[in-house]
Amino acid sequence: MAQDHSDGAAAEAVLALHRFGLGPRPGSIAAIASDPRGALLAELERPGIGRIDNPELLTSAQSARAAFEARAERQAQNIIAERAKKAAEQAQAQAMNGEMTQPVDAPRPAATPQTEPTEAPRRPAAAPQAEPGRTPERQNFLKEVKARLDAAVDAEIGFAERLVWFWSNHFCVSGYTVANMAGGYEREAIRPHVLGRFADMLLAAEGHPAMLVYLDNSMSFGPQSVAGINRTRGLNENFAREILELHSLGVRTGYSQEDIIRFANVLTGWTVISVVDNPEHGAEFIFNRRLHEPGPQQVIGKTYPDMGVEQARAVLLDLARHPATAVHIATKLARHFVADAPPPALVEHLAKAFRDTEGDLKEVAKALIASDAAWASPRDKLKKPCEWVVAMVRATGLRGDPERFRRGQVGLGEPLWFPPAPQGFPDDEATWIDGIGRRLDIANSFAQRVAQRADPNGVIDTALGPLARSETREAVARAESREQALVLAFMSPEFQRR
Amino acid sequence: MPSLLHAPTRREILLGCGTLFAWAYAPKLARAEGRDPRFLVLVLRGALDGLALAAPVGDPDWLKLRGDNALALDGKPSALPLDSFFALNPAMPNLYRLYRAEQAIIFHATATPYRERSHFDGQDVLESGLTKPGASDSGWLNRALTLLAPDERVNSLGSKAFAVGPVTPLVVRGSAPVMSWVPQYLLPASDDTQARLLELYRHTDLKLARALEGRKDLIAVARSAAMDTMEPQDQPTAIGMARVREYFADASGAAAKYLASPDGPRVGALSLFGWDTHVNEGAATGQLAGFLGALDGAVAAIEHSMGAAWSETVVALVTEFGRTARVNGTNGTDHGTGTVAVLVGGALKGGRVIADWPGLKPASLYEDRDLAPTTDLRAVMKGVLKDHLRLDDAALAATVFPESRDVKPIAGLLA
Repeated sequence: MAQDHSDGAAAEAVLALHRFGLGPRPGSIAAIASDPRGALLAELERPGIGRIDNPELLTSAQSARAAFEARAERQAQNIIAERAKKAAEQAQAQAMNGEMTQPVDAPRPAATPQTEPTEAPRRPAAAPQAEPGRTPERQNFLKEVKARLDAAVDAEIGFAERLVWFWSNHFCVSGYTVANMAGGYEREAIRPHVLGRFADMLLAAEGHPAMLVYLDNSMSFGPQSVAGINRTRGLNENFAREILELHSLGVRTGYSQEDIIRFANVLTGWTVISVVDNPEHGAEFIFNRRLHEPGPQQVIGKTYPDMGVEQARAVLLDLARHPATAVHIATKLARHFVADAPPPALVEHLAKAFRDTEGDLKEVAKALIASDAAWASPRDKLKKPCEWVVAMVRATGLRGDPERFRRGQVGLGEPLWFPPAPQGFPDDEATWIDGIGRRLDIANSFAQRVAQRADPNGVIDTALGPLARSETREAVARAESREQALVLAFMSPEFQRR
Repeated sequence: MPSLLHAPTRREILLGCGTLFAWAYAPKLARAEGRDPRFLVLVLRGALDGLALAAPVGDPDWLKLRGDNALALDGKPSALPLDSFFALNPAMPNLYRLYRAEQAIIFHATATPYRERSHFDGQDVLESGLTKPGASDSGWLNRALTLLAPDERVNSLGSKAFAVGPVTPLVVRGSAPVMSWVPQYLLPASDDTQARLLELYRHTDLKLARALEGRKDLIAVARSAAMDTMEPQDQPTAIGMARVREYFADASGAAAKYLASPDGPRVGALSLFGWDTHVNEGAATGQLAGFLGALDGAVAAIEHSMGAAWSETVVALVTEFGRTARVNGTNGTDHGTGTVAVLVGGALKGGRVIADWPGLKPASLYEDRDLAPTTDLRAVMKGVLKDHLRLDDAALAATVFPESRDVKPIAGLLA
C-alpha cells in the first residue's frame, strides 16, 4: 500500500519511536513520518514537558509524614484493641473467681476500658479506608505509579519520559528504604531538570531528603562537629562514595579513599527533619550546622573553605564540571539509547556537547538526535522490561492498569522505584534476556485481557509498520487465536528490540 | 514512616531479582567414580562483614576494635565457639549444628584479587573470576560448566543452565546456556504459543531463541519432578525481617529442589541481598544478625530440600569484599577488604576454620582500616571445583580463573 519512498520515511519514524521514545501509539508513525528528528526535537520544546502536574499527589515530605501518622495510628489502635482484649479476659477470670479476689483498682470489665489513653487518636477505631485492605501509604504509592504510567502512555513520542526514566535510574533511590518518598522524589528532584542543567539536577538529587536517607547521610555526623562530639557519633562515607562513583565522575576515575572521607566530612549536616518530632516539616531537608564537620576540606586536589551548606554545593558544582563526569554521563546515555557497546564516536560527541554547554541536558539530548551514529546503529538493543511493557500498552491504544503494571514489573525483575542497589537497574541485554520467558507470560496475560479490543494486524501496523519482518507477519497471520496473535506480535524480536 | 530515620538500611533486598542456577553438562569424571555431585553458590551482595559472622574472640585486639559491637563468648546472646580462637554469630544455629557435624568449613581473612571498594566492581571480580573488574561477559561457574564434559549430556533436556529469578547473575552467565525460573502467579502461555514463538525466534533472532529454550526445558524438569509452584513475590514494599527470612528460605529451597531432582541441573547460583550494613549493624542481635539468621534458614532449607542428595552437596557462601574492621560513625561498617567464605554441605570434611590469621593491630590492618586478606578466595573455589567436580588444575588456572597459576587449589576439603 505504501510507496518505497514513504516506507523509508516510515521506517525512520518507527526507529525514532522505539529507540528514543516509548513506542508508537495508533497513528504515531504517520504523524511524525515527514520529519522524525524534527518531531523528537519539537517534543522537547513543548511547555511543561517532562513534568507531572497533578494536584492529587502529595509532596514527598507530605507523603512520608502521612505514612508516619497512619502507622502511628494503626499502632495505637492495635494497643487499644489488645488492652480491651486483656480487660475482657481479666473480667472473665474475675467473674469466675468471684468478687472476693477483685482488686480495688481493677479496670471495669467494660467494652471501653478506662485505660484508654487521653491522647487516643481522634478517629474511630475502624478508621474508614477508601479501599479496604489498602493502607493510605499504599494508596499514595499507587497514585504515584498511576501518574507515571499515564505520563508514559499519554506521551506523543515519549522522548522526554525516557529521559526522566534514565535520570531517575541514574540518581536512584529505592523503595526498600524510602517507599513513601520515591514517587515524589522523581517529580521533585528529577523531572524539573531533565531538560535543564546537570548541575541543578545533581544539587536537587543529592539534597533531596529521600536521597539523604537512602544513602545514609542523614545519620552521618562530623566527628569534630558539636553533635558528633556530644553524641560520640561520626562519619558515614557511603553517600560521598556513591556520589563520586555512581552519580558524577564514575568508578576508577582517580579519586582516593581520602577524597571520599573528606567529601563525606563536607556533606555532614545535610540531613532531614525528623517526622517523629515535627508533624509540620518532618521529612524536609535541613542543613544542621551542629552535625557539620568544621573546617576546610581538600577534595580531589582543591581546598574548600567551610561555608556551611555551601561547602558541599561547591564540591558538587565542581564535580558537575569535571571532565570525567561528562564522559561518564555520555557513556551511560549512549548505552541506554543506542547500544550496550555504543560507538565511541557517539560517546565523544555527547561528552563534547556536555562539556561545551556546561551540562545543558536539553542540548545533550539534541546532540543525541543530531548524531547520525545514534540512528545508524543496528536495531538490536533489548528493551528493558518497563520500556517493553509500556510499548505494548501504547500499541493497543488502551490504558494501563497501575496495579497490574506494578506487579508485572516485580515479576520481570524491575519493580518500579525498588532498584536493588544504588547503581540502579542494569542497562544491558545480558541482565534481561533470560527473563524473556517471563515476558511471554506477561504478554499472554495482557493479550487475554485486551484481545476483544485489539486487532493483531492493527497492532503490527501501529507498532512496527514497515519494520515488521515477513516471518512475524506470517506467524501472526497463522495464529490460532487473537490472543496468540497478539502474544506473537508483542514478543517478536522487532518489538523486543529497538 | 518511622523507618525513615531509624530503620536499618535494607535497600539491597530485591525480591524480584533473587536467584539463579546454572547447569547442564554432567560432571562426567565424578560420575565415573559413582558420585553425582551438586554445587550451589550463594552470592551475598552488598559486602558481608566477615568479622560479624565469625569473630576472632581469641584475638587480644578484638574487643578493643569493636567494643560493644563485638561478638563475645560471654555476650548476650553469647557467640558459639568454633575452636579456641573463632566463634560463630549466635544467629546461625543451623550452620553451627552442621559445623559440629563436620559439614561446614569457614575460611577467614579471604578476599578476591580486588582491592578497591566499589560494590559493582567487587562483584564483577567475584563473579567473573578475572583479576580486574570490567569487560567480562561470562562468570567462572559458567566457564567451569563448559569444561565438565562437553560431549556428554545428562539427558534429552540438553545443555541448559538453570536460573531462578528474572535477572541472571554474572557468575553463571556465559556460553553454557541458562534456563531461568521465577515463581508463578500468572497463567503461563500455552505450550503451543511458546512453540510458535520459538519457531519465529529461530528464524529471526537466535539469542532470543536460546533464552526462550531455557524456559521450555525448565518447565520439563519441573514437571518431571512434580514440583510445587511457589507463592508470588509481588509485594516489594518496605520489608520486614519475616519476609526476608521467608524469601531466603523459599528461593534457596527451590534451588535445592531443582538440584536434587534426578534429571535436574547439578550446578547453580543465586543472589541474596542485604549485606551493606553502613548503619546500626548490630552484632549478636540487630540488623545483620537478622540477615544472618535468614541466611541460616536458607542453609537449613537447602539441606532439607536436597534430601538424600545432601551427602553429595557443597554450598558456597561468598561475598564481594569485607567491611572496615572498626565501627564507623553510625554504628555500622564501611566497605573493606578481608572477609569470610563459608562452605557447607554433606560432601565436606568440615568442622574447621581455615585461616592464616593476620591479626587486628592497626599495623596489621589493610590500609589501617580493613581485615587484611591472607587467603585468596579463588584457592577455596578451585579446591571445591577440583575435588568435588573433578576439574583439572590446568583448566582451573587458565579458563575458570585466568591468571591464577600461582593460586593453588586448597586440598582436602572434601570428605
